[in-house]
Amino acid sequence: MPPAQRSSSTQAATTTPATTRVVLDAADITRALTRISHEILERNKGSADLVILGIPTRGVALAHRVAAVIGQVEDSHVPSGSLDITMYRDDLRLRPARTLEPTEIPARGVDGAVVVLVDDVLFSGRTVRAALDALGDVGRPKAVQLAVLVDRGHRQLPIRADFVGKNLPTSLLERVQVSLAEYDGDDAVLISSADGAG
Amino acid sequence: MQRHLLSTADLTRDDAVQILDTAEELRSLADRPIKKLPTLRGRTVVNLFFEDSTRTRISFEAAAKRLSADVINFSAKGSSVSKGESLKDTALTLEAMGADAVVIRHGSSGAPHRLATSGWVRSSVVNAGDGTHEHPTQALLDAFTLRRHLGELDGRRVTIVGDVLHSRVARSNALLLSTLGAEVTLVAPPTLLPVGVSSWPVQTSYDLDASLDKCDAVMMLRVQSERMNDAFFPSAREYSRRYGLDDRRFARLPEHAIVMHPGPMNRGMEISADVADHARSVIVEQVTNGVAVRMAVLYLLLSREPA
Amino acid sequence: MTAYLLRGAAPLGGPTRDLLLHDGRIADPADAPTNAVTVDAAGLVALPGLVDLHTHLREPGREDSETVLTGSQAAAMGGFTAVHAMANTDPVADTAGVVEQVHNLGRVAGYVDVRPVGAVTVGLAGQRLAELGAMADSAARVRVFSDDGTCVSDAVLMRRALEYVKAFDGVIAQHAQEPRLTEGAQMNEGAMSGVLGMRGWPAVAEEAVIARDCLLAGHVGSRLHVCHVSTAGSVELIRWAKTKGWAVTAEVTPHHLMLTDELASTYDPLYKVNPPLRTAEDVDALRAGLADGTIDCVATDHAPHPTEDKECEWAAAAMGMLGLETAVSVVQHAMVDTGLLDWAAVADRMSVRPAAIGSLGDHGGTLEPGSAANVVLVDPSSLRTIDPRESVSLSRNTPYAGLELPGRVVATFLRGRATVLDGKLQ
Ligand SMILES: [Zn+2]
Repeated sequence: MPPAQRSSSTQAATTTPATTRVVLDAADITRALTRISHEILERNKGSADLVILGIPTRGVALAHRVAAVIGQVEDSHVPSGSLDITMYRDDLRLRPARTLEPTEIPARGVDGAVVVLVDDVLFSGRTVRAALDALGDVGRPKAVQLAVLVDRGHRQLPIRADFVGKNLPTSLLERVQVSLAEYDGDDAVLISSADGAG
Repeated sequence: MQRHLLSTADLTRDDAVQILDTAEELRSLADRPIKKLPTLRGRTVVNLFFEDSTRTRISFEAAAKRLSADVINFSAKGSSVSKGESLKDTALTLEAMGADAVVIRHGSSGAPHRLATSGWVRSSVVNAGDGTHEHPTQALLDAFTLRRHLGELDGRRVTIVGDVLHSRVARSNALLLSTLGAEVTLVAPPTLLPVGVSSWPVQTSYDLDASLDKCDAVMMLRVQSERMNDAFFPSAREYSRRYGLDDRRFARLPEHAIVMHPGPMNRGMEISADVADHARSVIVEQVTNGVAVRMAVLYLLLSREPA
Repeated sequence: MTAYLLRGAAPLGGPTRDLLLHDGRIADPADAPTNAVTVDAAGLVALPGLVDLHTHLREPGREDSETVLTGSQAAAMGGFTAVHAMANTDPVADTAGVVEQVHNLGRVAGYVDVRPVGAVTVGLAGQRLAELGAMADSAARVRVFSDDGTCVSDAVLMRRALEYVKAFDGVIAQHAQEPRLTEGAQMNEGAMSGVLGMRGWPAVAEEAVIARDCLLAGHVGSRLHVCHVSTAGSVELIRWAKTKGWAVTAEVTPHHLMLTDELASTYDPLYKVNPPLRTAEDVDALRAGLADGTIDCVATDHAPHPTEDKECEWAAAAMGMLGLETAVSVVQHAMVDTGLLDWAAVADRMSVRPAAIGSLGDHGGTLEPGSAANVVLVDPSSLRTIDPRESVSLSRNTPYAGLELPGRVVATFLRGRATVLDGKLQ
C-alpha cells in the first residue's frame, strides 16, 4: 500500500530522474486557480460565509491565492488561513515525528461557515480525512468543500474533490511535484516516472 | 530525537528547537473549544512516581490526555515498591501492561536511565525528575517560557540562583539553555555548587548582586531550610539576605528581565512575596506552558516507529 | 601423591626450564618419578601461587552470594593459593570461634589456604576492641585484623589496635574512609559526580585517614596496612610514610588499576564499589605507585553480590565487584602489557609481598627446589572475552563482562596438588 503522497519537496527535484515533464506551467496554474475560484463562487452563489483553509504546506499558498481571486471578483474580503493536520494523521507510527505546521483560523472562526479546504494534490484521500477531523475540532462549519490543484487518482477512501484544477491519471510509480513561487521560486506541476525512486 | 528523554544533555540544538516549536503550536490548543487531539489514541502512558509530585504528575497526565493517550498513574510511594519490590519488577509489570511511554519520577539519580537501558522495558522513558540529577521537561518549559518573553535565546543572559548542588532543575537548565545559545550564570554559596562545576558550560558566581544588572532572566531555585542542618549555610535568614530575590534586588534588574521559579516556592526565603506576585514574574505561566511542552515531548517520542 | 613435571615453563617470565612438583615441594626435574604427569608448559609463565590479602567469602551469613567453597574455587581459577577472608560476615569474624569456623571450611574445601581476617572491633561497630589475641592464638592463627567495609575512624581506638597487635606481630588493615565526609556518598567526587547528580566521595575522605594512620603507626612503631588505595594523593602519602621508615604497606585492587568514574555515567551499579572508581589521573598514579613499590601489592577486594543487589537503581545497589578470576588478566593488561611491571615483579606484588604482610610462611616463595609447590601457570598470549556465566563464583557482578582481556590461568598447584589444570577446576 503506498503511503499517502503529498506534494514533494524541492530537494526531490534535484534528484529527479531524466523522464520528468511539465504538466502545468505557471500560466496553466493561474488559469486553473482562477477557474476554481469562479466555480466556488458559482456553487455557493457568492462569497458570503466563505472561509478558505489551506492544508500545509503548499495548500496554504493556494488557499490565499484563491481567496485573493475571489476577493477581487467580488470586491470583498474573503478570510483564508491554514489548517495543520499533522496531529490527525493515521500514519504517525509509520513515519518519523513531523514538526507541526501552523494552524491559522481567521478571526470569524468556522462556525456556520462554508469552509473550502485547499490542497495541492489529491491522492489517497487520507490527508483530507485528517483535515475533516481537524476541522471538526475547530468548530462546526455549515458545509465543507474540497479544492485541489491536481487530482492524480488512486483514492483509498470515499473522498472526491468539488473543484479540480487538473485531473492527472498517474501510475503509482510516478511522482507528482508541485512547485509554487511562495516556496520554490516558480510555479509548475511536474510528473516524473521515478524508477523505483521515492 | 532519541527514543527516551533522560537528560537535556542528550538533546541537540535541533531537537530542542523542534520540541519548543511543536509546543508553540500545541499551546494554541488551550484557546480552542476542543482541547483534545486524537494523536496518541490507543497509546498508553504510565506515570510512575516513586516520589510525591502532584504538580508534575498532573501536568504529564493532562498532556497525555490531551493527546488522547490512555493514562495509568502508578504511585509507587506507599505501595509494594517502597517495601522492597524492585525497580525491575515494577518495570516488568509495566511492560506487561503494554506501556508505550513511562514517565518516571524517582528519588535516585539515574533511575530513569537504568529503566531505559536495562532492557526491562521497550517503552520510551521520560525522566520526570531523578534524585539530584535532572528534570528535563522542567528545563524545556523554562526555555519555552523564556523564548516567549525574550525571543531567541542566543546571547541572552540567564542567572540561576540557589541550591545548584541538589537541584535537578539547575542541571537540566544549565545544559539546555547553553545548548540554545544562552549565557548561563549559576549563583550560589560555595557550599551549594557542585565540585566539578567548572567543567559545565556556565559561569559561576558567589555574588548575586554582581549578577543582576545585565541579566535577561533570573531563575530562583527552591532552597530547603533543612540544608542549614548540614551546615550548607548558617541560617535561613543569612541565606535569604545573601541570595534571596527581594524587592531591592528586583529593582536592580533590567526593565525587561523576567523572574522564574520552578516551584514550589518558599516565599520569604529565596524570593519575596512581592517579587513572586509581580507582573514580571512568570511563575504561573510556567505551569501552563508545562502542559504544552510535555505534550510536545510525548508526541515527538511516541509518534515514531515502535522499536 | 601425583608428581607434576611442568615442561618448558618460564619461571617469572625468564628463561624456560622444567619444574618438578613432588611431595608438595618444588624438586629437581632430574628426580622426576616415572609416573609423573607431564604438563606442557611451553609458552606459559610460572609464578609462585598468588596470595590475596583482601577477599570477601561471605560465609557465614550470605551463602547466597558466595561460600568458602565457591570463593576458594574462584580463587584457584584465578591462580591464587591463599586468600584472606574478610571479617564482615554475619556473624562478624570477631571471635576465635568464627575465625576457626572459616578456617576449617577453607581446609575442607581444599582449593586454597583460607586465612581469616579478624575484626578489629566487636561487630565492626567501632566501639570496643575485639579479642584480637584470642583470634591470634586460635587454630586460625590470625595475623591480619580489619574492620573492612567500615573504617576504624576513632583515632584512639585505632592507636590502641595498632599497638596491641604488636604482641603477636599482627597488622591492622585499615579501610580508610572518613565517615562524615562520605555520608550517603555514591561515587568519586569530581566532574562526573557533579554532572550525574550523585553524592560525591571526596579523595580527601580516604587521604585524611591514611595520613592520620601513617602518623599513628610511626608514633607507636606498629605495622599498618592500607586497604584498597584509590587516589593519587593516597599514593603520595604512603610514599612519604615509607621515606620515614615507618612500617606502612598498601594494596591496590585490579579494578582501581583499570576502571574510572566515567563508567558511573551508565548508572549501572556493576561499577558501584567502595572505595569508588576514581579518575584516569588516579589510575595512572596507582599504576606508578605499584610499579615503584610504594604500593606493595595487588589485592582483589573480591566482593560477590547476588543479582538482585545489582539489578536496581544505583543508590539502592550494593557496593563491590568480583575480582579473583580476573585479577591476573587485569594486572597483565594494566601493568605488564604497558611495560610497568615484568612477570618477576608481578610475582613480587601478587605473591611474595602479600604473603609477607599476612605472615604466610608457606606462600610467596621462590620457584627453586625446596620451596613449597605453590605454583600458577599463566598463558600471557591468550586473549579471552569475560563472560560472567563462566565464573565459578556464586555471583555474577564482574565489571569486565564483555571485555577482552589478556592472560589466562592454565594451572594452579596448592602444595603440589593441582586445583586447576587445563584451565579447569579439579
Ligand atoms: Zn574495604
